[in-house]
Amino acid sequence: MSSFLKLASASNVLEARRAFLGKSGLLLSGAAVALLAGRDALAATGGESAASDVRILNTALGAELEAIAAYQVGAESGLLQKPVLALAVTFQGHHKEHADVLAKTVAKLGGKPVLAKTKYTFPVETLKNQNDVLRFAATLEKGAVSAYLGAVPVFGNRDLAKAAASILGDEAMHWAILRNALGEVPVPSAFMS
Amino acid sequence: MIAGVVLALVAGLTSAAGGVMPGDPKAGEGIYARCLACHALAYDRTGPRHCGLFGRRAGSVKGFAYSEAMSRSRIVWDEKTLDHFLANPLAAIPGTAMGYAGVSDKKERTDLIAYLRQAGKSPQCGK
Repeated sequence: MSSFLKLASASNVLEARRAFLGKSGLLLSGAAVALLAGRDALAATGGESAASDVRILNTALGAELEAIAAYQVGAESGLLQKPVLALAVTFQGHHKEHADVLAKTVAKLGGKPVLAKTKYTFPVETLKNQNDVLRFAATLEKGAVSAYLGAVPVFGNRDLAKAAASILGDEAMHWAILRNALGEVPVPSAFMS
Repeated sequence: MIAGVVLALVAGLTSAAGGVMPGDPKAGEGIYARCLACHALAYDRTGPRHCGLFGRRAGSVKGFAYSEAMSRSRIVWDEKTLDHFLANPLAAIPGTAMGYAGVSDKKERTDLIAYLRQAGKSPQCGK
């Protein structure tokens, strides 16, 4: 009964997610366009501040690339049932979009985007069932929210801070929906840290 | 009543040995969740592993690609250096790849460091 409720819950979430995707795709595209609009605006801060921004973006890019690999492990684990599998693939797609924008922005700022590692370490020995995979993904997504929250105030360029906040919002939605699929309170507090 | 509150506060701030309490590892584990986009205890990710952190020279985990700034920092991690770094990483080590504003709350830092200390002695870290 409880597993049915979880699946039903995940299925409903997925339908809502599908309905939302049409709109969010537009929003993400808008953010990406704004972010990549012009090197002049991005480079306005210049000097060490711009170099610092590139380092922050590259760190975020590294984490996004790892998240893509993590979702791939989840998708190929054989542990995710259909509605949840589609959810994981959707979220992986978002991380791919984040990584693409971050890499292009690093390049626009004159930096060298980090590449995906040839091999990632994940705690696969602890992933025995669907909930284990969901919990692992939720842990990464919550960490991502905190990481972007910690990055937003340290960007020298406010447009980059805004773009990072846009990604933060997406990661927070991932976290909430994964918690919901686990049967946990989706939004456990009023503030994130 | 007031004396009781004062005694409780004193008891809460000092250890049995009379020193300052090193922080609450349980609370610190919750703070550590903020680090989990980039770090793990036992293996390197976007950031380096935390097992073996105490007493380790910054930038010295073999095979991990550190920023030049971190590699050159000459810091050895302990409670004091971690507290300073975690309060504001970019100010503590300009040029660090850890583009993170930091943990501004002193108690949260103390709890986080207590957790890192305890976790370093756990089976996850091969202890």
